[in-house]
Amino acid sequence: MTEELDLMGQDSDGSSEEVVLTPAELIERLEQAWMNEKFAPELLESKSEIVECVMEQLEHMEENLRRVKKEDLKVSIHRMEMERIRYVLTSYLRCRLTKIEKFFPHVLEKEKTRPEGEPSSLSPEEFAFAKEYMASTDTYLKNVALKHMPPNLQKVDLLRSVPKPDLDSYVFLRVRERQENILVEPETDEQRDYVIDLEEGSQHLIRYKTIAPLVASGAVQLI
Amino acid sequence: MFCEKAMELVRELHRAPEGQLPAFNEDGLRQVLEEMKALYEQNQSDVNEAKSGGRSDLIPTIKFRHCSLLRNRRCTVAYLYDRLLRIRALRWEYGSVLPNALRFHMSAEEMEWFNHYKKSLATYMRSLGGDEGLDITQDMKPPKSLYIEVRCLKDYGEFEVDDGTSILLKKNSQHFLPRWKCEQLIRQGVLEHVLS
Repeated sequence: MTEELDLMGQDSDGSSEEVVLTPAELIERLEQAWMNEKFAPELLESKSEIVECVMEQLEHMEENLRRVKKEDLKVSIHRMEMERIRYVLTSYLRCRLTKIEKFFPHVLEKEKTRPEGEPSSLSPEEFAFAKEYMASTDTYLKNVALKHMPPNLQKVDLLRSVPKPDLDSYVFLRVRERQENILVEPETDEQRDYVIDLEEGSQHLIRYKTIAPLVASGAVQLI
Repeated sequence: MFCEKAMELVRELHRAPEGQLPAFNEDGLRQVLEEMKALYEQNQSDVNEAKSGGRSDLIPTIKFRHCSLLRNRRCTVAYLYDRLLRIRALRWEYGSVLPNALRFHMSAEEMEWFNHYKKSLATYMRSLGGDEGLDITQDMKPPKSLYIEVRCLKDYGEFEVDDGTSILLKKNSQHFLPRWKCEQLIRQGVLEHVLS
């Protein structure tokens, strides 16, 4: 499997740059996105390009296997690899859907107020799913209970009732690119904020909120 | 005391272990809504009295009833929402077709919500690429081996394997089959993974 895959990247001023990945690199990127998504308390940036490329890769592998004769060992090993990749991919997508359903009003609000140029945390299909979920839940609550309640109580603000993701939760991470002068805010009033440097290769247990932008940029990997 | 019925609804769900869906308590819900109506009407007349008759001593009672109304609403919405979450879990556990026993525990509106959810999920999965998309309700556990030993728990009939041959799944027969083909049947309770 020495074919290379094109991964379309976009930088901030809108021009496309093509990044060519080997299949091994693609799977590594998938696993990194998967781990980040599993351990981050909030929904991370949507990585549709990786999902699409992995799906293509799986199709290629399936086609290749169909053309080859049933020599058990090679076919079995490739099938195992396909199953593992499929597991990681479906686990990644399930993790995202779970977060979308859990925090649905906040996810939709964030998308609504997203500044231009900032990447979306929802793929177009996830956005459609989230909107449908919100609409159907809203309609259900209205029809079954709220419309039978006194007039001044019929509106429920879902943004206030549904809990937000806890960005103060602690996460483990490994540093990929050295970072300097990260400001750590105090948790209690007695502490003061202080500044730390993150050495490449070091591992830390830290509040998610402090390093959220570093996860997005790829400078750290959640573990 | 006010809000007793609403608390009972919440307690009913709290007692049900995770994944279980007790029958929809239509009666209980109706009683809570009736209590809310009564409280509201009492408050309406007291508010008028307080404004026109200068009865400001009624204000604490009005506030108290308002708090009860808010509590009733909160308990009701919590009850309904928690049930929706349990119903959502059923789609992931049992697939698109729910066992009859569970369907009887759902109200018509809950069934409608379930159908909408199913449809949204199916549309999303289909959009994931390829001819038929990707069924993300499969592959729930990391794969340990390619083929697994399974025992048939019920008579299922003919089952086709990849190379075209079919296998007859009769009760108590054991087979050595590819894992990905069996996953759905294991979840439905037709096959059982034999761990020797």
